[in-house]
Amino acid sequence: MRNLWIGIIILTLFNACKSNTKTALPILGYKTPVTKTVNGKTVTDTEYATIPPFKFVNQYADTITEKSLDGKIYVADFFFTTCPSICPVMHRNMLKVYKEFKDDNNFRIISHTIDPKYDTVPVLKRYADKLGIAGNTWWLLHGEKGDTYKISKSYLQSVSEKNPKGEYIHDGFFILIDKQKRIRGTYEGTDPAEVTKLITDIKTLKAEPDQIAAK
Amino acid sequence: MKLKAIGAIAILLIVIGASCQSDDQIEFKRYYSAGSLVYQQHCQNCHGDKGQGLSSLIPPLTDSTYLKNNKAALACFIKNGLKGKITVAGRAFDDEMQADDIAPLEIAKVLTYVTNSFGNKMGTITLQQVQNDLKNCK
Ligand code: HEC
Repeated sequence: MRNLWIGIIILTLFNACKSNTKTALPILGYKTPVTKTVNGKTVTDTEYATIPPFKFVNQYADTITEKSLDGKIYVADFFFTTCPSICPVMHRNMLKVYKEFKDDNNFRIISHTIDPKYDTVPVLKRYADKLGIAGNTWWLLHGEKGDTYKISKSYLQSVSEKNPKGEYIHDGFFILIDKQKRIRGTYEGTDPAEVTKLITDIKTLKAEPDQIAAK
Repeated sequence: MKLKAIGAIAILLIVIGASCQSDDQIEFKRYYSAGSLVYQQHCQNCHGDKGQGLSSLIPPLTDSTYLKNNKAALACFIKNGLKGKITVAGRAFDDEMQADDIAPLEIAKVLTYVTNSFGNKMGTITLQQVQNDLKNCK
């Protein structure tokens, strides 16, 4: 009898866990209630924050705007090529994401440099070559410092000017963006376990009905 | 907490070691275990947890032949940085490692760790050796 109870408890717990793993990815970012009139009725809907329009240049000197990412799921991060601290770890981990999805034309990685003065387009190209990335899966983006700092806030990231020691302070997160340009996950780019979760989450996201439907 | 545990293990190793090992072996163990901490704090970001490096940007620390051939210069690489073309593990690297101003004892420990991990086996690099090598930096 006692065994039976233990069995039931274990089964219950097991099922609870199982249903948890099925949930879709959350939508992050600031929510704003929007009141609309639909068929003559007033309804209040929630609109999630989206990544605003932007214009940067990639390592091939091609102009990249939000339109270049239409119909694509993408991951964004912030770095600079001479970063001695967390960037090598981040990009060692990002290479795993790159390798997993490099044949998927509806997937991109964008890495914004926060040191545009040093990281010119040729410097970014050389870094890409040395990192061993080719094609259009992973773009290294150069832009006005102000534009980069501004867009980092939309990704919930904080980057800032050099501190008195001459170091740039920036977050080491990978941000997952869906085809509606909403934030669906943030992952510690220096932690291999979080990056494994990111890869799993990208697969989950790709399978969501409104991602499959979106163009 | 983790540091405490590592410290406790290190002390345990030393105590066990003292009872049945030669002084050289004890010294090696002390250098090696302290060196792994220096490595995590000062080197691992770039060279990786397995000394694997990063593509063609950062060389691996797995090329025993390279390390042996440059044994006397390794302390200088850390103290003064390293710049320019080098060939490691059959691949060309042409970048820059910043100078890291750590104490000679710290250099000895981290080099003992590096040259006896990742498939390398070069024995203890002592404080005395490091001090000598640093005098002869180019
Ligand atoms: C900011 C990144 C960075 C950090 C931190 C760093 N290195 Fe390096 N290291 C490099 C690069 C890049 C080179 C190659 C330089 C060149 O191309 O001339 C290198 C080269 C070396 C080499 C010679 C080549 C080889 O791979 O055997 C050794 C040995 C070495 N580093 C050891 C260390 C040790 C020990 C530490 C910690 C005290 C350390 N490095 C910290 C980036 C780094």
